Amino acid sequence: MEISRRSLLNTVATGAAVSALPIGRARAQAKPVFKIGVMNDQSGPYRDTGGLTSVACAKLAVAEFASLMQGYTVEVISADHQNKPDVGAGIARQWYDQDGVDLVLDVPNSGVALAVAGVAKEKNKAYVNSGAASSDITGAQCSPNTVHWTYDTWILAQSTGGATVKAGGDTWYFITADYAFGKKLESDTTALIKAAKGSVKGSSTYPFPGTTDFSSFLLQAQSSGAKVLGLANAGGDTINSIKQAKEFGLTMDIAALLMFISDVHALGLDVAGGLHLTESFYWDLNDRTRAFTKRILPSTPKNYPNMDHAGCYAGSLHFMKALNSIGPAAAKASGRAIIDAMKALPTDDDCFGKGSIRADGRGMFNSYLFQVKKPAESKGPWDYYKLIQTSEPAQAWRPLADGGCAFIKS
Amino acid sequence: MLMVLGYNIGPLLAQSVLGMVNGAFYALLSLGLAVIFGLLNIINFAHGALYMLGAVVSWWLLTYLGIGYWPSLVIAPILVGAFGVVLERTMISKLYKLDHLYGLLLTFGIALIVEGLARNEFGSSGLPYAVPAALRGATKLGFMIMPTYRLWVVVASFVICMSTWIVLEKTSIGATLRAATENAALVQAFGVNVPRLVTLTYGSGVALAALAGVMAAPVYSVNPNMGSDVIIVVFAVVVIGGMGSILGSILTGFSLGLLEGFTKFIYPEASGVVVFVLMIAVLLTRPAGLFGKAS
Repeated sequence: MEISRRSLLNTVATGAAVSALPIGRARAQAKPVFKIGVMNDQSGPYRDTGGLTSVACAKLAVAEFASLMQGYTVEVISADHQNKPDVGAGIARQWYDQDGVDLVLDVPNSGVALAVAGVAKEKNKAYVNSGAASSDITGAQCSPNTVHWTYDTWILAQSTGGATVKAGGDTWYFITADYAFGKKLESDTTALIKAAKGSVKGSSTYPFPGTTDFSSFLLQAQSSGAKVLGLANAGGDTINSIKQAKEFGLTMDIAALLMFISDVHALGLDVAGGLHLTESFYWDLNDRTRAFTKRILPSTPKNYPNMDHAGCYAGSLHFMKALNSIGPAAAKASGRAIIDAMKALPTDDDCFGKGSIRADGRGMFNSYLFQVKKPAESKGPWDYYKLIQTSEPAQAWRPLADGGCAFIKS
Repeated sequence: MLMVLGYNIGPLLAQSVLGMVNGAFYALLSLGLAVIFGLLNIINFAHGALYMLGAVVSWWLLTYLGIGYWPSLVIAPILVGAFGVVLERTMISKLYKLDHLYGLLLTFGIALIVEGLARNEFGSSGLPYAVPAALRGATKLGFMIMPTYRLWVVVASFVICMSTWIVLEKTSIGATLRAATENAALVQAFGVNVPRLVTLTYGSGVALAALAGVMAAPVYSVNPNMGSDVIIVVFAVVVIGGMGSILGSILTGFSLGLLEGFTKFIYPEASGVVVFVLMIAVLLTRPAGLFGKAS
């Protein structure tokens, strides 16, 4: 498995008899190759929020870090998990066992994300999740082999949900995608609403994926008498929900608890204008984020990067810094050692600025509450967000003690 | 307020109207499938992709040529239907003598290619398509406020379905078509150009799918995945109605839309499987489908 094509060619070039050569020597002559496997939805409703732009971001990180790699090289491969946990776990198993993948990256869809986390732990390999939301990834189902980089349901509830409650939205109706992510987002937001003495009037949990008509649920929401419609879904589902809410003239406030800039782009500002949303990255936030966007855009001209994509860039970068810090041999031996090194090193990149990885694997960065601009306020392509509030890492994320992560206690 | 089985009649009525909208699309799509299966014996798995293509073409006509919804209702089905004719002539016609499975595999492959290309070009977030000006706004039905466009979809698709049924069952063209289904060689002996008839039938079935796509564009976003989301349910509709039964697929399409609508109201988690549960029940009790003739 460790004999790469390049090492074989090198061996032949030096004139040695390949068959007689001990494998150890062949390996010593070539630099070890670390593989990053980007796994996400490349064909379904989450294609634009992750997909090939995530792959491009990982590749950009590798290209930019190439001159700093100490005694190893890095390759990026990718696969489509089709939003199926069994497919995702199968790919992870094959990647870790047969294809020599050292890091699985991205993995949106909490159902798949949790399945892959189990495989990474079992095989003692590294796993950096950027795309999935469930706060269980660093909570009840945490793993010492996992880093959860970009965001989670807890912060979405606190930030977008909190702003809505503060503005007087104390009665809610949820439309929820029926899997790990939707349910966790609903329960995290419900906890916040109840803490603020508000109430939940009801919810419709719909089959995911494959639901395109939300009108039935919208009608039930309207007749519940709640003030706020909480959308505990993502990607194409959120887009359809909001579009159809406008079509039916829904009079409730809409809290799109998870929304990416690509969703705003697809909806158009005339529909999405005025909505609040939370991201930990926005391309036009500061000079560093703009510089990053300028570098990535040539590879993804139709899709500006969102926080999931940015997390794939930053996560890859930090992974390689960890490789430098413990050396290729130790890194090949244990994925947990790589993750421990990632936690020990402070993070610093163009997308998220300076930050850190907490003991439970939670990425600790600023989080931002944005409001979507109205058409008249937008000055150029993808100029979509107004910054409303910045939360510092210490305030933004769920306190370590509240997550219930088992390996932290031991 | 009046109660039925413990539920208020108002919301139930509202859900049934919404169910009819989805049912209208199921009926239109399964109608095309039934026509194609009835005459060509081809299980047209590309039907969903061609429905999506209808929506994409109408979006393209509007965005690049400024051609609006009403002309698109005619132009997009013609263009996509012509594409269907090309598919039939160049590929599908080679498979008539082989087992059903080959046609299914071929059309499934075509669907994957068409959808993959569309995804590559347009992404998966969907393209916006505005409701035509004449049908904007909402209509008060007493028990609910219904977007006018959705009402139009129900009425229009019902009219189209019934017209297709009348053409097939009550006209001489329909009679020839049905005769060719029963015994192609004999009809050919009467001087009818059966291969051309078959090609045009496939083209018409595809055009029906594209027409459904144009009508769907303002309701759902124009999305490369819109066909694969709906095609499996539509196949279930055809199986429940009886393979090849025209009236069966129309009635089943609308009824299953209703059934799904009620399920979304009573127990939404089951709305994705209720159609298939019914399909299993029907296959166990009436293997030829509700309206199909046992062969």
